Amino acid sequence: MTLGYFPGCSLHSGAKEYDLSLRAVLQALGVELTEVRDWSCCGASSAHATNHTLAVALSARNLALAEEQGLAKVMAPCAACFNRLATARHVMAHDEGLATTIRPMLTRPFNNQVEVQNVVALFKGLTEVIAAKMTPLSHLNVACYYGCLLVRPPEVVAFDDPEMPTSMEAVVAATGATPVSWSKRLECCGAGLSLSRTASVVRMGREILADAKAHGAQAVVVACPMCHSNLDLRQAAMQRRGEPLDLPILFLSQLVGMALKLDPEALGLGRHFVSPAALQLAPALIAPQPRASLQG
Amino acid sequence: MSRIGVFVCHCGENIGRTVDCADVAQSLGELPGVVHAADYKYMCSDPGQQLVKQAIADKQLDGVVVAACSPRMHEKTFRRACSNQGMNPYLCEMANIREHCSWIHEDRTKATEKAIALGRAIIEKVKRNQPLQPIRIPIERRALVIGGGIAGIQAALDIADGGGEVVLVEREPSIGGHMSQLSETFPTLDCSQCILTPRMVEAYQHPRIKLMAYSEVDAVSGYIGNFNVKIRHKARSVDDTKCNGCGECQKVCPNKKIPSEFEQGLGRRTAIYVPFPQAVPNIPVIDRQNCALFKGRAKGLKKQACGKCAEVCGRQAVNFDQQDSFTSVKVGAIVVATGYQLYSIAQKQAHELLQGYGEYGYGTIPDVIDGLQFERLASASGPTGGKILRPSDGKEPKKIVFLSCIGSRDPAKGISYCSKICCMYVAKHTMLYRHKVHDGQAFVFYMDIRAAGKGYDEFARRAIEEEGAIYLRGRVSKLERASDVVKVYGTDTLSGENIVIDADLVVLATAMRPQPGIESLAQKLSVSYDAHGFINEAHPKLRPVETNTAGIFVAGACQAPRDIPDSVSMASGAATKVLGLFSNLELEREPTVAVVDEAGCAGCFHCERVCPYGAVEHKDIRDRKGTLIRVVANVNKGVCQGCGTCQATCPSKKVELQGFTDEQIYAAISAL
Amino acid sequence: MSASEPVPTHHDPSLSGEINKLTGLNVAACYQCGKCSAGCPMAAEMPRKPHQLLRLVQLNQRQAVLSDSSLWLCLTCETCTSRCPNQVDPARLIDGLRELAFQQDPTLAPLKQRAFHQAFLHQIKSHGRVFELGLVVDYKLKSGALLDDALQAPGMLWRGKLALMPNNIEGKAEVRRIFEACEHVAGEEIPS
Repeated sequence: MTLGYFPGCSLHSGAKEYDLSLRAVLQALGVELTEVRDWSCCGASSAHATNHTLAVALSARNLALAEEQGLAKVMAPCAACFNRLATARHVMAHDEGLATTIRPMLTRPFNNQVEVQNVVALFKGLTEVIAAKMTPLSHLNVACYYGCLLVRPPEVVAFDDPEMPTSMEAVVAATGATPVSWSKRLECCGAGLSLSRTASVVRMGREILADAKAHGAQAVVVACPMCHSNLDLRQAAMQRRGEPLDLPILFLSQLVGMALKLDPEALGLGRHFVSPAALQLAPALIAPQPRASLQG
Repeated sequence: MSRIGVFVCHCGENIGRTVDCADVAQSLGELPGVVHAADYKYMCSDPGQQLVKQAIADKQLDGVVVAACSPRMHEKTFRRACSNQGMNPYLCEMANIREHCSWIHEDRTKATEKAIALGRAIIEKVKRNQPLQPIRIPIERRALVIGGGIAGIQAALDIADGGGEVVLVEREPSIGGHMSQLSETFPTLDCSQCILTPRMVEAYQHPRIKLMAYSEVDAVSGYIGNFNVKIRHKARSVDDTKCNGCGECQKVCPNKKIPSEFEQGLGRRTAIYVPFPQAVPNIPVIDRQNCALFKGRAKGLKKQACGKCAEVCGRQAVNFDQQDSFTSVKVGAIVVATGYQLYSIAQKQAHELLQGYGEYGYGTIPDVIDGLQFERLASASGPTGGKILRPSDGKEPKKIVFLSCIGSRDPAKGISYCSKICCMYVAKHTMLYRHKVHDGQAFVFYMDIRAAGKGYDEFARRAIEEEGAIYLRGRVSKLERASDVVKVYGTDTLSGENIVIDADLVVLATAMRPQPGIESLAQKLSVSYDAHGFINEAHPKLRPVETNTAGIFVAGACQAPRDIPDSVSMASGAATKVLGLFSNLELEREPTVAVVDEAGCAGCFHCERVCPYGAVEHKDIRDRKGTLIRVVANVNKGVCQGCGTCQATCPSKKVELQGFTDEQIYAAISAL
Repeated sequence: MSASEPVPTHHDPSLSGEINKLTGLNVAACYQCGKCSAGCPMAAEMPRKPHQLLRLVQLNQRQAVLSDSSLWLCLTCETCTSRCPNQVDPARLIDGLRELAFQQDPTLAPLKQRAFHQAFLHQIKSHGRVFELGLVVDYKLKSGALLDDALQAPGMLWRGKLALMPNNIEGKAEVRRIFEACEHVAGEEIPS
């Protein structure tokens, strides 16, 4: 069965390597993707910050398109898109008043039957396949960064434990890398303020990365293009205000791709501001941290 | 032909406003068999009752119908009036024209019509009433007290001192409950053990108290005055008739690393152990889960894996083959005093309504402890000898943070109630900390300081004004383990500032919950409990120590969060209720019970299967020679609660509820 | 009143009433514990912290709360919402307040955040998707922050991270009609 794919705007521009690596890795793992035809932007933070109806309607359009296409499930690799699509699904199911307002706007039948999935849940379901095919990324200590939109609000995203999630660590463990135990994995990266209040984003990113580094991480794994850009693109600015971080930020798909020994170029590993090149061969610079237990 | 009197009450304006009472009286007075009808402003008043009595005397009435309020309000009043005038009280009935009519209707004409119809129905019923006699039941003047904490001990002592016999059942190896774990008590800071242990000993030695520790209530049957209780004595593996409590067995037990329940996991115990030195009874128990010998047996080892305790025991008291045993006791009353447990912030919750605190690490951060653990740290007899040392590395914390309302007042975590005692014990903890760590600083995150009680607010203020605790008004969003501190991310809503504290130790004032297993005990006892498992009192204001089952009383924190003085007051209250019951030789009960027509009973026992109270018994019918002819149903009048389920079920209509026979009910319905 | 009669709709003109109508939230449920503020990653930068905004809504201080720039610093990370003991949902409340402020007067939002949201929505409305280069240019023009981040664009282009041309979707008229329908529902134009 084919899996619906909602790349979202970022994967078509700033986070092209996320799109590339995902497609490459999923092909290697035998998962067929069908892109939602003629999808539109989920509305992101600007829609819900200014007009709730618009925010739900924009995402609902994409769910309706997927339904029209006969897709049972849509995977959104961007945490923000995932969150907005899941919110739309939740609101359309629970707020009959708003659902009645929005349904006619969609200009096509909509029965709210498409499940929404994030990339971590997808990989979590593939851990056995990954473990069977991978060459272990031994001696690589990785901080799994969830950010906010993957796990919150719990009743909408219905994914893992909102305070002590373990899914991403499970995927990382399946690649043979070591997930480190650290504190800031659920803190916000600054998301939508990246352009309009860069200083805040730099402050938050610095706190997150400093904590990851202090707990022995050699790289940070993310599952969201916004988190990625705020931690990768802004890292130079973070370093201007304190000691160097030099932490490569990898998409989860890239890490899996590395374990599957896929071509680094196909994974877009050369596209980051902080180069992950050193990670591919270098042994641990510091002693491996004890693996995070599944309780966190 | 009957001679019935009808008395219509206005209840001031309550009925009179919507029902034309004079019209009702007149209409009902015209019915056949009614020889007297009157209306009056307040029929329940003395002059009103006098009207009833006068009519009985003057008109030789053989039935009375009072059309007024609900029988729950005044049936007793009017039946007593009739009885005083020499009439059998069960020939008097009420027609409810208030709750069932005037209060719920507006149209006066229609309401009056309905009142007449209701009156007519009851008149037809009363025409078929039979004189009944109240049932008298003997009372067993012995009480069962379930739970040997301070509430149970107090109730047992008060009942026993008042002359009653008591069976005190405690689930744990020793009585004493949570109070025995406390260091000092608010608001006087007197030592908990010092005031408790004399009471424990007193209960143990009281000639009228039989203590059954390490025992549980297995089954309960019967009714007020006559309960039959089956008690399970869990196998201690030590013969309590031989053991003299010398303690040699514990010294030789090789497994010394078991987390002690009494020390809240902060101390260790052996596999054969007494929970604490002052335990009552001072008889050890073998924890079979952790004992090498029993673990060996479970694995099927032929050889005995250990046995050192038995070897060293000079009195041959250790008995590895001891089995659970049972005792049956007959008691007239039961006091439930099973106490509380603390809410745990862990991810896995025993109760479906509850959620743990992931933001506080679900209990995985070593230097985040709960209030009872702090009590053990502060206790002179505790695992640290009374020194405040944190669990992770045994260092003395210089910055300690207390968080109030953990679980409590947190509907998102499943508990909306206030646990009532935490504000006080947190204030106490800050003081104990200050007294032990002079250069330390205590912080308290709180939402409100609830210190209602004699000397309570003064005590809480003292913590702030004289003992240097810094109170911050707000909840904490997150606890985070960072190198060797716990980062506390809180806020102070009074200043509007967020506060981050690098704490050496964090103490959570977690919610009070009923003990595990309370639901199954309540079901055995047929007493009701709320969504959290707290036992329901019969009335929140006027019957606070009674339950909805006659003869069963409640005391202490199993009913709601309670502190020591509240628990003791309740226990004394419950004991007084028990003694009040015991002051009667017999119990009088309403005769509205089911009666089987033995001649017609086919012995199918459908009634037995549907009876919710287990009141149906088998009765042998024999001929003169003693040969068994057949078996019929018989209703135990003491147990029957008059619900009528058997009557509705009986295929041959041979069981009927006295006062509510089919004939009476059909007549009433036909008259509507 | 019989049971079948509908419950009369209670028209509450206060700000809490308006919020309730818009979001379904019961602002009175907040007991001001401050757990939202304690965990808020932006609290340090906010003139008024989340619980204080909530308090102002309870006190019907409409102007004060709608003109507070703190509203526009909320990242909707939902930390407050997922930890709120009384399930008040502060994140949804702030979204609702921003919506009311935007309806009343978009200039209540600080220039940069307003410019960003308008530029972002403009992208969706015109192309159906967000064209990042267009977003950046439009944002800079709208906010006047011409030089901020100017150094990043070459790096992004170099790494193939910026598309040079917008990607118009086939259904872009459909998307535009969704905007118009939502404007109709709101009774005013969505500034973009």
